[in-house]
Amino acid sequence: MAPLNILIAVCLIYVAFLFVVAFAAERAAMRGRGGWLRSPVVYTLSLSIYCTAWTFYGAVGYAARSGLEYLTIYIGPSLVMFGWWWVLRRLVRIGRSQRITSIADMISSRYGKSNMLAVGVTVLAVIGTTPYIALQLQSVTLSFEVFSDVQAAGQTAPDHGATALWVAVGLSFFTILFGTRNLDVNERHHGVVMAIAVEAVVKLFALLAVGVFVVWGVAGGMSETLARIDASEIGTWQMAGGRWAGLIFLSAAAFLCLPRMFQVLVVENDNESHLRTASWAFPAYVMVMSLFVVPIAVMGLEILPEGANPDLFVLTLPLATGQEALAMLSFLGGFSSATSMVIVAAIALSTMVSNHIVMPIWLRATGGGAMVSGDVRHVVILSRRVSIAGVVGLGYLYFRFSGGGTALASIGLIAFAGVSQFLPVLIGGLFWRGATRVGAFCGLSVGFVIWVYALLLPSFGAGVILPADLMAEGPFGLGWLRPEAFFGIAGMDPLIHAILWSISLNTLAFFVGSLVSFPSPLERLQGAQFVNIFEHSSRPQSWAGGKAQAEDLMVMAQRIIGAREAQALFESEARKQGMSGVLPEPNARFLDVLERELAGSVGTATAHAMIGQITGGASVSVEDLMAVANETAQIMEHSSQLEAKSEELARTARQLRQANEKLTQISVQKDAFLSQISHELRTPMTSIRAFSEILREDGLGAGARDKYATIIHDEAIRLTRLLDDLLDLSVLENGQVSLREQSADLGTVLDHAIATALTGVSGPVIRIRRDRAAEAIRLHTDPGRLAQVFINLIGNAQKYCDAEAPVLTIEVRRAGGRVVVDFIDNGKGIATDAQGMVFEKFARVSSAHRAGGAGLGLAICREIMLRLGGSVSYLPGQGGAAFRVELPASGSMAAQ
Amino acid sequence: MTDRPALFLERRSYRRRRLTDMIRALPVVGALLWAVPLLWPLEGEGTVRTSDAIIYIFSVWAGLIVVSALLTRLMPRGEGRTDDGQDGA
Repeated sequence: MAPLNILIAVCLIYVAFLFVVAFAAERAAMRGRGGWLRSPVVYTLSLSIYCTAWTFYGAVGYAARSGLEYLTIYIGPSLVMFGWWWVLRRLVRIGRSQRITSIADMISSRYGKSNMLAVGVTVLAVIGTTPYIALQLQSVTLSFEVFSDVQAAGQTAPDHGATALWVAVGLSFFTILFGTRNLDVNERHHGVVMAIAVEAVVKLFALLAVGVFVVWGVAGGMSETLARIDASEIGTWQMAGGRWAGLIFLSAAAFLCLPRMFQVLVVENDNESHLRTASWAFPAYVMVMSLFVVPIAVMGLEILPEGANPDLFVLTLPLATGQEALAMLSFLGGFSSATSMVIVAAIALSTMVSNHIVMPIWLRATGGGAMVSGDVRHVVILSRRVSIAGVVGLGYLYFRFSGGGTALASIGLIAFAGVSQFLPVLIGGLFWRGATRVGAFCGLSVGFVIWVYALLLPSFGAGVILPADLMAEGPFGLGWLRPEAFFGIAGMDPLIHAILWSISLNTLAFFVGSLVSFPSPLERLQGAQFVNIFEHSSRPQSWAGGKAQAEDLMVMAQRIIGAREAQALFESEARKQGMSGVLPEPNARFLDVLERELAGSVGTATAHAMIGQITGGASVSVEDLMAVANETAQIMEHSSQLEAKSEELARTARQLRQANEKLTQISVQKDAFLSQISHELRTPMTSIRAFSEILREDGLGAGARDKYATIIHDEAIRLTRLLDDLLDLSVLENGQVSLREQSADLGTVLDHAIATALTGVSGPVIRIRRDRAAEAIRLHTDPGRLAQVFINLIGNAQKYCDAEAPVLTIEVRRAGGRVVVDFIDNGKGIATDAQGMVFEKFARVSSAHRAGGAGLGLAICREIMLRLGGSVSYLPGQGGAAFRVELPASGSMAAQ
Repeated sequence: MTDRPALFLERRSYRRRRLTDMIRALPVVGALLWAVPLLWPLEGEGTVRTSDAIIYIFSVWAGLIVVSALLTRLMPRGEGRTDDGQDGA
């Protein structure tokens, strides 16, 4: 028999089987037949990578050393799963809507897509995960050694380090094969998930098989087992309260923060509703996993010789009882635990390293270059592969240099405490909008430094890295800074001490840093989107870009899909957008098209990442959204300016239209004026000529001659008056009139005007109603001209008032430094549409040519009043025709 | 939601909210139950046997699993996830 060779053969067959499973799953997924791949069961099983080889082997050792303390490691995650509604639901929704690729991506995305933060988180994650990978290597190595020890005779025992190296190389190869087979959208790896689901079943089955064998095959039944447990050295509850509560908290925090857990919980999540099933199924899984741990530990302590490594009871117990097949199964279970953990951890870390460290550097180094072609896929995959090899290699180095001697569980807990430093920043980012990048930096740095100082370095033992006197006295003799007794609080469990101080000071620094700093707009936007994730749409955000990047996109696309194809794509897209030229507007639609096109060559995740690199963000560049918003604001401003301008134009046009109307009207008036004036001049001329011709004839009686001569005289007077009026108006309009200003009494002027206007009037004379007391106002004006205005107004009333008993009321009053004289008759007044025209030349209100005036009177009045510094206007709504004459009161004074 | 949902609908969405409350409370209940071992004496006469401790802890576990499974089963599935009450609301 050569069990070691058989063991290796079984390992290889098992790995080949896993490869087939993964391969089949990927093919099914690619052909779209992978519905069953995305079942909640697979999701739940994939979460079982939480149970690593540490769990598989280490839990028993843990139980053998510290009783039920190992349960805390499962109770914490169970509580997190039971509380899925609080945190996981948010995490998954955010992960999906923001296309989060890792926990570093998550934290950097929340805090303004800061790549610095992502780099920091990545480095911390690598440091926190490396011991854990070392742990897996160690467990596989130890389990190999168990078999080789048993069969030591005739076999050369494999070298301790060589086994680990082979395992590391094998795991790297395996991970590279599965983890970088394709670059799927959102970094999902159906093949890997399926493989680890299978491994989850294997390890559960293996542990259950060993447990059932131990309870019913060795111990002799359930009650017997319980009795043996109580009789063993871990027979009573010996759990320090601080450790119980502290470790539950620690494992819950680590469950959320471990990069590999984040990978399977959030990144590989296909459907949010899977969480519902996992919320009870995963606790059930870990409960079953931990069910037989104590019996195995107790029986191991009882049966196996003193000094046997309790970490390997799962293997050594079946071997000691001759169950080699069971031991083999158990070995496979441990192997599964180790490999699935290393695979997922390496994938998660390599994604982080590649996305946040290698690709940014590579893109920056080559982004502006003239390289037209070049396979980016090659670069991405290479960087992933190198990262995977690097991560596993680091684990191997840690294993070699730490000597592999430490108890498994303690390294695990130290790693847990390391990654738990993400918790305040992660949870704060989910629930508190005020959390800022500066705060996150502060918190992470403080937590990390304390973790290294108080837990990681002392864990190597006093004097290995930290000098012994520093451990005992504190640095520079500062006793309150002793690594395991901060502020002089000694006597605590070192692990609990470190967790307490690191997490609380981390939270404090995060909180204070956030309070005193001011977030950038991008941070605030991302903060709002994370905290109010359920108020925003659940679909992934689309791209947005600025014009300046179209060229960069072109350069990048040429590198990936070839120059000609890229140009054709860009040109056709530009045509679709209705633009001439090669560069289309990099709007959301175009970027989506481009991303899909690039995905055909390099996979969606990389395409997304690369467009993200060029548009300036890891997923969606909100900066671009803001730029777009700025642009929109500018456009809005511009359009409002346009609006103002067009309003101004409309106003001008309105004014022009009015002016044009007025001009047309004036032109019509001028024509009317000319025809009117010729008519007015012609009428008296005609009668003068006719009657003068009659006079030249002989044989006229003296009476007739006298009559005709009178007519000629009258007409000549009328003609003269008309010409006088015209001349008067012309003089007034040209401003050539000279006023003879003197002191005058308003009443006297009115007396004169009434007397003049009503002298020689035929027919009924209009009655004038006056208030002489009010008229006692002394004016400084040209009384002759003023009288002319009054005469005109009174004459008009006399001529046009059509009342049966015409009355003209003259009202005088003073109003605010002006003297107002209203002439109101009791006739019909002037029609509304004619009111605007009465002051125009030759405007006659009635077509009846009753008074024989030329229609210049009111025009002259207006001009006179203008010269006198006053005005005359029509006063509508007074029951009859009403004119208001206003005079400046300056220089006028009351007569009395 | 329409402006005046029927009584039937209101009752259903009310039930759903209380169901959500139960789901929210579950981890708190679990944490409290699992905190009970903190009260167990470490020495003296009243020390708890490991077998009893195992039975207690695993009973809590199983109970929580069953309740959680029931609650998530009762929760209606589908796209209505977002309107069934916001966190912290």
